[in-house]
Amino acid sequence: MKKYTFTEKKDTRSGFGAGMHVLGQQNPNVVALCADLVGSLKLEPFIKENPERFIQCGISEANMIGVSAGLTIGGKIPFATTFANFATGRVYDQIRQSVAYSNKNVKICASHAGLTLGEDGATHQILEDIGMMKMLPGMTVINPCDYNQTKAATIAIADHDGPVYLRFGRPVIPIFTDPDQKFEIGKAWMVNEGTDVSIIATGHMVWEAIQAGEMLEAEGINAEIINIHTIKPLDEEAILKSVEKTGCVVTAEEHNRIGGLGDSVAQVLVKNKLVPQEYVAVNDSFGESGTPAQLLEKYGLDAKHIVEAAKRAIARK
Amino acid sequence: MEIEQLEKVASQVRRDIVRMVHGCQSGHPGGSLGCTELLVALYFERMKLKEHDGKVVFDMDGKDEDLFFLSNGHISPVWYSVLARKGYFPVSELATFRKLDSRLQGHPTTHEHLEGIRIASGSLGQGLSVALGAATAKKLNNDKGTVYVLMGDGEQQEGQVWEAATFAPHHQVDNLIAFIDLNGQQIDGPTVKVMNNRDLGAKYEAFGWEVINIEEGNDMAAVLKGLYEAKGRLGHGRPIMVLLHTGMGYGVDFMMGSHKWHGVAPNDEQLAAALAQLDETLGDY
Repeated sequence: MKKYTFTEKKDTRSGFGAGMHVLGQQNPNVVALCADLVGSLKLEPFIKENPERFIQCGISEANMIGVSAGLTIGGKIPFATTFANFATGRVYDQIRQSVAYSNKNVKICASHAGLTLGEDGATHQILEDIGMMKMLPGMTVINPCDYNQTKAATIAIADHDGPVYLRFGRPVIPIFTDPDQKFEIGKAWMVNEGTDVSIIATGHMVWEAIQAGEMLEAEGINAEIINIHTIKPLDEEAILKSVEKTGCVVTAEEHNRIGGLGDSVAQVLVKNKLVPQEYVAVNDSFGESGTPAQLLEKYGLDAKHIVEAAKRAIARK
Repeated sequence: MEIEQLEKVASQVRRDIVRMVHGCQSGHPGGSLGCTELLVALYFERMKLKEHDGKVVFDMDGKDEDLFFLSNGHISPVWYSVLARKGYFPVSELATFRKLDSRLQGHPTTHEHLEGIRIASGSLGQGLSVALGAATAKKLNNDKGTVYVLMGDGEQQEGQVWEAATFAPHHQVDNLIAFIDLNGQQIDGPTVKVMNNRDLGAKYEAFGWEVINIEEGNDMAAVLKGLYEAKGRLGHGRPIMVLLHTGMGYGVDFMMGSHKWHGVAPNDEQLAAALAQLDETLGDY
């Protein structure tokens, strides 16, 4: 198992803020919008250097999406930012009509996704956002795994012409990816090559998958770990190549098991190569208050649960 | 263009509207007929549009020209007719309205790349926000163009409209002129009965808008005068709201003043009766 070490922990939303800081300096067309959550989205450095390119929308997310769509007419690249729940479920119809159907170059950037925002509880812990966004024709859906990858993804999506949903979060987690990585939309990252089981993970679950890989190794199981940061378009080739070798799959995501990464992978498998698949995901429920670690444990998303799922998948081969 | 000429265009647009709706036996003639003077006045007289060799040309960014957004997308017939008559696409294409493989979808879209359309609309309440974004982009680009947006009065019941209404004065979006088609009707009946909007002028004033009334929204001279007045108030830190008092179904006697013709197509007999009231001035498509 390839060794992943870290010297620092940070939240992925700070990676987003750092990416925006860079974009503010590099791309004069980038405009940031926020619905009264500037501090939570780590936008201060961007706003400080580019006050004229920041649009405070107040607590009016629907209007923010519409204003973003309008800004693209005239060549601006709007980054509309708020919590994932208010960036998707609250404004689904606005995104559907004014952004996706109209094919507008809007970047919907959503923090506090999933269970790990923690203590705020289920009203804010959206677990359906990946499903909603990936169902929209033409929408690119990205869920990076650590600070560095989120920063790289933020910078990369400015160069992609079309609507993007970028999902990140609040908990402080290890930084384990390359600070100078080139982020390629739609291209999976091979975290660890293995032969016994493919663990396909997105977002915060990639670090859990790495820990699971080490635990499995101690038991003599050689896990292949793949980071799918782009859920749509999905890197089908990387997935199929992996299962050819391993013959079974575990998908891991901080999302409802219905409609997320697991279902996207299952579609690929059903169509191309039937192998056993186990889901590590929230079992069609809402979340609750708690610390991120407590919630991952209770809802079956931590490394220990990935290990169990891997063993189940291998047993079904 | 002289008023008489504009009125001739309006008459032809009205013929187009009833023929288009009759042709596919669906669509929304009432609001379309009521907003005919406004759209003709905007496109044929007041808006600065990009032209090449005397012909209008379309690009999505619309830099250095005036932009129009239709928020109440169901009155697409009047917009399609005005765009075609202005030269954005062939008038013959009006015959494809709402039919399979047409660029003239039931509600306006960008999906089929129809010249003149910059955003999809139909799900109500979103157009004002979009127009505010486009107006803001113009400011960031030092573009002196004006952004126009039309909404329905029933549409004022959507919450997003009031998010946008709050945003516009706060950000001093003073290169935008919005209109509400005040025809007093919506699908289920008179607006006062379905959901009373009360005094929209007072509401927008309280939100920080400049409010202008065009009392005779189906009188070409009055519309031109109102547009002139609205334009004169641009650039003073406040967005402009024009309350356009119209008659739903205006120009076709049996369609006038009732919500019944909001979204109903005329039969052959009714079409003939309607066309008998509208001069063919530019040639039917």
